[in-house]
Amino acid sequence: MSSVFTKLSANAKSWCRASHMLMLARQQTWQTAALSSKAETASKSLFSTEYKDMSVRLPADLLSPEEQMMKDSVARLAAEKIQPYVAEMDEQSHMRQDVIKCLFENGLMGVEIPEEYGGTGSKFFMANIVIEELAKVDPAVSVFCDVQNTLINMLFIKLGNDEQKEKYLPRLATDTVGSFCLSEAESGSDAFALRTSAVKDGNDYILNGTKVWITNAEHADVFLVMANADSSAGYKGITCFIVDKDMPGFSIGKKENKLGIRASSTCPVSLDSVRVPSSNILGEFGKGYKYAIEMLNGGRIGIAAQMLGLAQGCFNHAVTYTQDRKQFGQRVFDFQGIQHQIAHAATLIQLGRVMMCNAARRHEIGLSVVKEAAMVKYFAGEVATHVTSKSIEWMGGVGYTKDYPVEKYYRDCKVGTIYEGTSNIQLNTIAKCLEQEGLI
Amino acid sequence: MSGLRVIVGCKRVIDYAVKIRVKPDKTGVITDGVKHSMNPFDEIAVEEAVRMKEKKLASEVIAVSCGPIQCQETLRTAMAMGADKSIHVEVDAATYENLQPLHVAKILSKVAQEEKADIVFTGKQAIDDDCNQTGQMVAALLDWPQATFASKIEKANGELTVTREIDGGLETIKVQVPAVLTADLRLNEPRYATLPNIMKAKKKPMAKKKPADYGVDVGPRQSILKVEDPPVRQAGSKLDSVETLVTKLRDAGLVPS
Repeated sequence: MSSVFTKLSANAKSWCRASHMLMLARQQTWQTAALSSKAETASKSLFSTEYKDMSVRLPADLLSPEEQMMKDSVARLAAEKIQPYVAEMDEQSHMRQDVIKCLFENGLMGVEIPEEYGGTGSKFFMANIVIEELAKVDPAVSVFCDVQNTLINMLFIKLGNDEQKEKYLPRLATDTVGSFCLSEAESGSDAFALRTSAVKDGNDYILNGTKVWITNAEHADVFLVMANADSSAGYKGITCFIVDKDMPGFSIGKKENKLGIRASSTCPVSLDSVRVPSSNILGEFGKGYKYAIEMLNGGRIGIAAQMLGLAQGCFNHAVTYTQDRKQFGQRVFDFQGIQHQIAHAATLIQLGRVMMCNAARRHEIGLSVVKEAAMVKYFAGEVATHVTSKSIEWMGGVGYTKDYPVEKYYRDCKVGTIYEGTSNIQLNTIAKCLEQEGLI
Repeated sequence: MSGLRVIVGCKRVIDYAVKIRVKPDKTGVITDGVKHSMNPFDEIAVEEAVRMKEKKLASEVIAVSCGPIQCQETLRTAMAMGADKSIHVEVDAATYENLQPLHVAKILSKVAQEEKADIVFTGKQAIDDDCNQTGQMVAALLDWPQATFASKIEKANGELTVTREIDGGLETIKVQVPAVLTADLRLNEPRYATLPNIMKAKKKPMAKKKPADYGVDVGPRQSILKVEDPPVRQAGSKLDSVETLVTKLRDAGLVPS
């Protein structure tokens, strides 16, 4: 029995209530129309319909023609420009410059940056399509793209003043990588216990502290550092500072030697009396904690997209193998037991995808996604863990070797239950939402 | 020579990565639900035409596709790569199964005349039928010079200098415009459709026509009798000496005894 199944039956009571509530909430705000086969072609002309037109309701996972074209384009790019280097980048724990350049050149690092700043000018759902397609090929490249799009770019877009936007957005869209620095050695899940300090000195702040687990640090030129500028106010002193790589006192530590997503750099970052002008405060003083929480909602949906893309990519490799490999005179795929496992895995991935599409569409139109983001990130992590594990089994001995790609997905997926909020934290968040909604 | 007007033929074919399967009744290959995309050589032609526009050699790039309604996706991809407008010449699915290069060549010739084109550009061949005929037939119908299997195209004065990939190596020729060009693999590496271009493509015009609009009869001139898988490859065998090899070749009647 799969681990997901056991967890589901163990939490059956709370799970049923949660899903029942999810259904109610969905029915109230998003009635999906049953699509007849004729409507499939008719629906293409309905893509001009605004969401506000409630007369026709489309499935959350139905892509508009543009979204489909973008998905196909990224899938091709990933297969042609990234696939050949995946194993090499993983082994050397290094992201190739030409891969990074390719992402920038094709507008994939600035999906939501407005066109006036040189970005692609699209929306959150489109960013998720990019993240998902990249993850099918290399989850490390996907997270590289995810952090830039869902965290760095969004923080600048939502909170930057005109000067900051003009200075950084064009660079982030074309050639500059950003990193988000929150976690410290003593504060992971307990993020707001962070100790990096920002002491006022004239018109500047002096930052001191060390951040750990910083994704993209090796390649980034701009860092968004969460530091406490008023420790007497507790977490309400946390402020977001824009720190440029070349500021004196700022240094990047040695890359972590990780189990998975090895091509994605994860480094500690040290601030040794770094002088940062107060004009580099992003957003408002003391609101850093709020921004972190809000941005991480979108970030979580992005990670869910990465995990589901990972699961799908791994699944595709493994199932293709079962359709070729023969034992006892038939294809491995033809054994009923294998079919059941494959079907179960496919169902889980589909479930996650639809949940992810729904959360992304909600986020795009401004509906709250605190609960949905937590649910989909938690679920996607579980799905990826289950599917990658099974995929190795379906492939047997060869799945266990580095000659085949599935063992990499198996290693990569683990971080999905850890970063951007551990699974346990997600579950706590969901429980808090349930209580707030007054249903338990 | 002010900006050339370029017509690019884009054929919708089964995607190169798909494993082709023959229909059980052996009348053709399975196309339903199978992934299709633009013929890779046509993509190279579109890319070259767009580059010519970027270098100000061409003034307008018009993508043309003959086939069922799904060809419009192919044309949208061409416009997302940079074509200015497109023409979809609709042929129903049944007729399409027997559509031949000569039919398409006749249509492209008429389009070229109507659009006052200076260049008709296609891929050297389609990856489904491997005919390698359409471009050459257009040149014959229009009485234009042709430069096929192009791996490099340069413009000087009123002429095009084209390097062609031929069996013996490379051949460089000069053609006067108007001309027909067909693209070979090494001409360029096509760009990916980026999102801003996909969005721009939405607003570009796509004309919907029928073969009758061009006075072309696309009735079938041949019928497919049978489509079969190639024979299953026999396993080879390792031999231990040259003598054994010669004996086996003699026994198979492949060398004179």
